[in-house]
Order: sequence, then structure tokens, then C-alpha cells
Amino acid sequence: MTLQEIVEILEGEVLFAGSGLDVEVPCAFASDLISDILMCTKEPTLLLTGLTNNQVIRLSDMIDIIAVIFVRGKRPLDEITEMAMERGLPLICTDLTMYRSSGLLYGAGLRSCKI
Amino acid sequence: MARAFAAARSDMAEYLHIQSGREQAVRDFIEKPPEADVSLDSPIPEKDFNSAGKGSAEVKNLLKRLGVNPEVLRRVAVSAYEAEINVAAHSQGGEMLSHIYPDMIHVVFNDEGPGIADIEQAMVPGYSTADEMVRELGFGAGLGLPNIKKNADALRIRSEANGKTQLEFLIFFNSDE
Ligand SMILES: Nc1ncnc2c1ncn2[C@@H]1O[C@H](COP(=O)(O)OP(=O)(O)OP(=O)(O)O)[C@@H](O)[C@H]1O
Ligand SMILES: [Mg+2]
Repeated sequence: MTLQEIVEILEGEVLFAGSGLDVEVPCAFASDLISDILMCTKEPTLLLTGLTNNQVIRLSDMIDIIAVIFVRGKRPLDEITEMAMERGLPLICTDLTMYRSSGLLYGAGLRSCKI
Repeated sequence: MARAFAAARSDMAEYLHIQSGREQAVRDFIEKPPEADVSLDSPIPEKDFNSAGKGSAEVKNLLKRLGVNPEVLRRVAVSAYEAEINVAAHSQGGEMLSHIYPDMIHVVFNDEGPGIADIEQAMVPGYSTADEMVRELGFGAGLGLPNIKKNADALRIRSEANGKTQLEFLIFFNSDE
């Protein structure tokens, strides 16, 4: 599945497209807990989260995050988006909840990351 | 400088975990700590979540330039980040000292207290004393220390109630998996 397809499924708004939405996304993980995300992400992964602070972007310095989806209408501050731009990390917002977003993507064939 | 895993003061509680299969390598390092090729030092101010994590990112980038394999890089980055955040979140501040050798890294975190009263309890997945401000940022799952234990080849924590905490870990670059 590409990031473009994911944006369509989630009726998402692209805050930053990184190097393009045609990038392949092999799997995803959803959580609002940083340590949980760090523990469960061992391969390139799409992250769904309700967290919008700078540590979410900092996470992508440590582990391989393909893009971040901010769920249930959360929007990061401009300075957070700027941090993502410096890193080439795509950011997408959706009004859907974490549960609904995850269900839709899973149903469309996006597997969960290996934990 | 890199007085690795030096003997603890007897009144300090100590927790030590070595990944199975790494006992000999860790013992060799403790007995004959070599001179580090490169050492990095970064401060970790209390509750400064703008800069928290920068030290770990810096170490990861340096190791990446040195050609360390991506899976080992991930384990170093996750361990260092969890420990760095703990100093920022739970202590009055401290520092991170990274010593890089040709085949391994040794990272030491020293903080100004208040210490960990019961280290065994702190190691239990889900145990957390994180305050509201720290939880709002997405910390406080109580998984940071278990995460370091899982990713590091050796982990040692020394602390006491109302004292300082020292956490150090070793990760070898040649993964044996
Ligand atoms: N440097 C430290 N100084 C004092 N207490 C600490 C320190 N590091 C950890 N602790 C104590 O150990 C507990 C468990 O730490 P751990 O990293 O496992 O979880 P956490 O930091 O609470 O949550 P998470 O890491 O999942 O965000 C902490 O809540 C805190 O009580
Ligand atoms: Mg922690």
C-alpha cells in the first residue's frame, strides 16, 4: 500500500509529503505511548498516534518511521512540522479515531508491524 | 575515564543483567577496560523535553557514520533514548557519557537524584511514577527500563533512595544472532 492510498482511506490532510506519497508502506503500529512504540518498531513502520509533541518526531531519529498519522483531529504546532521537514518525515492528519483508522487500514490489507 | 562497571559502594543497591551468551565478553570488558576511541558527553537538563533525545540521536548518527549495522544502531538508539528520557523525566538532571570502541559502545548516565528506592520494582513492566506533565507527552508506560534490558547486551543500574542514580549499558557491534 502506498502513502497516497493511506491518505485516501483515512480522508487525510497531508501536512508534509516528504519525498512523495508514492512511497510503499509495508506495515503499521498505533499507540500513544512512546516506550510502546520504541519496543514494537523493528522494521520500517507507519505510526498512528494522538501524540503531537516534538518527542514523536524525535522518535524517528531512533527508529525507522515511514510517516506519522495524527488521529482524531489532532494537529501539531508549526515548529513540530518544521522538525519533520528537516528529517524528510511525512506528516498526515485525519479526523478519524485511532481505532477507526487502524481498522480501515487493516481491512484494506495493511498488516501490523512485527513485534 | 571509562571505569566500566566499577565496583559499587556497598550501601548502594545494584541491578545487573547480562544477555545470555555475552557473559564472557562483558567480563573481559570489565577486567580490562580499553581506551575508548571516541567519547561524547552531553548534559541532560531536568524536564527539558525540547532537547531530551538529542544526545542519543547524536550517538546514533556517529555510529551510523562508522558503519555499525542498522539493527545494532536501533538497539543502541532505543536504549540510550529511554535512559536519557528517564534522567530528564525522573531526576533533577544529569549527563550522558558515551564511550565508543572499535567493537562496542558503553554509555553511562549519571544524575543528581532523587534515586530509585527499589530497582527491582522499577524494572517491572508497567511500573511508573511519571507525573502528569511527563505522561501527557506520551511517557509513563513503565516500559523504558524493560526496553533497555531487552536491547542492551549488559545493563547495570546503581542507586539508592534520596541518592544519585547511575545507569550504564554495553552493546557489542557484532550481533551474535
Ligand atoms: N534516573 C532515574 N531517577 C529516578 N527514578 C527513575 C530513574 N529512571 C527510572 N526511574 C524510576 O523507574 C520507573 C520505571 O522507569 P521506566 O523507564 O521503566 O518507566 P517510565 O519512565 O515510568 O515510563 P516509560 O519509560 O515507559 O515512558 C520510573 O517511573 C521511575 O519511578
Ligand atoms: Mg522511562
